[in-house]
Amino acid sequence: MRYILKKTGVLLVTLLVISLLAFLAFQIIPGDPTARLLGTDYTPERAEALREELGLTGNVFVRYWKWLSGFVTGDMGTSYSYSMPVSEVIHGKVAVTAALSLMAWLMVMVISIPLGITLARYQGSRADRAFVAMNQVFMAIPPFFLGILFTYVFGLVLKLFVPGSFVSFSDSFFGCLGYLVFPALAIAIPKAAMVTKLLRSSILAQMDQDYVRTAYSRGNSRWGVIRGHVLRNALLPVVTFLAMTLADIVAGSIVVEQVFALPGLGRLLLSSISNRDYPVVQCIVVMISFVVVFMNYLSDIVTQYIDPRVRLN
Amino acid sequence: MITSRKNKTFRAGAVITAVMLLIILVGAFWTPYDPNAMDGSAKLQPPSLAHLLGTDNFGRDIFSRVVEGAGATFVIAAATVAIGLVAGMIIGGLTGYYGGPLDEILMRICDAIAAFPSILLALVLIALFGSGRYKIILALGLLFIPSFSRIVRSEVAKQKSMDYVRSAKLMGVGDMRILFVHIMPNILPVLLSTVAIGFNNAVLAEASMSYLGVGVQPPDASLGRMLSEAQTYLMSAPWYAVSVGLAIILLVLGFGLLSDGLGGQYDA
Repeated sequence: MRYILKKTGVLLVTLLVISLLAFLAFQIIPGDPTARLLGTDYTPERAEALREELGLTGNVFVRYWKWLSGFVTGDMGTSYSYSMPVSEVIHGKVAVTAALSLMAWLMVMVISIPLGITLARYQGSRADRAFVAMNQVFMAIPPFFLGILFTYVFGLVLKLFVPGSFVSFSDSFFGCLGYLVFPALAIAIPKAAMVTKLLRSSILAQMDQDYVRTAYSRGNSRWGVIRGHVLRNALLPVVTFLAMTLADIVAGSIVVEQVFALPGLGRLLLSSISNRDYPVVQCIVVMISFVVVFMNYLSDIVTQYIDPRVRLN
Repeated sequence: MITSRKNKTFRAGAVITAVMLLIILVGAFWTPYDPNAMDGSAKLQPPSLAHLLGTDNFGRDIFSRVVEGAGATFVIAAATVAIGLVAGMIIGGLTGYYGGPLDEILMRICDAIAAFPSILLALVLIALFGSGRYKIILALGLLFIPSFSRIVRSEVAKQKSMDYVRSAKLMGVGDMRILFVHIMPNILPVLLSTVAIGFNNAVLAEASMSYLGVGVQPPDASLGRMLSEAQTYLMSAPWYAVSVGLAIILLVLGFGLLSDGLGGQYDA
């Protein structure tokens, strides 16, 4: 319990530091946003008025505090290029990216955990060696290239889906999930290859420990030893890795959304970067960062729940 | 360092990497066609003897373009890793060797940065600096410093209590000399494996950024940029995207196998 409290404290401090850094980073950018927003209507008086309106005047820390308290209560400022609240701009996009990332993450687990265990169980067999070699190749495939391949094979040749015809959740729940399957798979496959490799090595690394020999000597089969004794230890590094993987997946979805023309946070982030719409960029960056930090926090908590040794330290 | 089982992995990686490097090296001086020469009479040709990987929408030879793009991507990745490695060796070396409160603070910062997906941070830096070839190198290079620093630090910290370091100290060898002449060569195997992984991350990051249009800008070549071009012609010239993708995969696979062969990970 004390451990959880301590970790929660660290989590809150980290979140504060990250939001402060993100805020400061976008304050030091050279160039005056008002000049671009006003265009030919630019006069110093108007610029001053607009700066006041956008909250660009006054002490940096006072502004940070205003922005932060707004962010927490759901008021994330106003987008420069859409002239509407950031919360409205990102509304709906968050759902797409979240659904895509979660789907990909589930796929990673569903593929890699059984596969990693099975490969370790039949270590050295022909199937094991074939998979280990193939794994290397899958790890090397960039998700966006896999996405392009899927678009060609499943979209253009087999016509299983129509590229670029995304339907939103509100229109058709299953249609939307159906469209997300291939993008999610494109993100999931290289990650699943990594997790499979990690899990397999992690199990094999345990196999020459003393407790494994003892378990064998009590008459357990290899499978019995793995299932009953090794898995609990071998899964520890995998849990940590899976948590970090979700963060990677969220970031990776930025690229894959572009491949499949998905209207998610990634595409919004890119267009906002090229439009210099910093309130939106800032908001998305902080949101994704929070996911990263929170997943790390969660993995710490889960690890100590599984592993009593961590609890004692 | 390299057991017989590892040997196969290492050899496979060495062969792939050597072939890719050879093609890139030759391509720097000679390609079958001028990568930018357009030929209106040979647009979107499928692979043939005249054009090994076919031609693109302007009738440009894809093989020549892939070689040029692979070269550009390779140079960017190598420069990125060089920045990360040199800065990481200095920061990680000093903090690992001397320790103290500065070490604690720097490593906490490195931990925090390394926990973030590099694409996200690279996009933030690009939003701040702007895009282009050198800015990509700078942005990715900066992002690689923490991971290199962490690894160098932990290795140096392990080595510094070893007997050979103590003897060197007794003989009156200076700290800097001990650190960079005596300790560094001993952590080389770990460093090499890290360099190979870093190189792969750099290739993937550069390719993703350029694919998204925020990395290398035209007229500079890069595999990522070509992939986004190729996607437009996916229906009429699928071999274009496939050739570019394969080039990326082979680059990454080669270095991945090398790193695996070098590393002490448990593997069959």
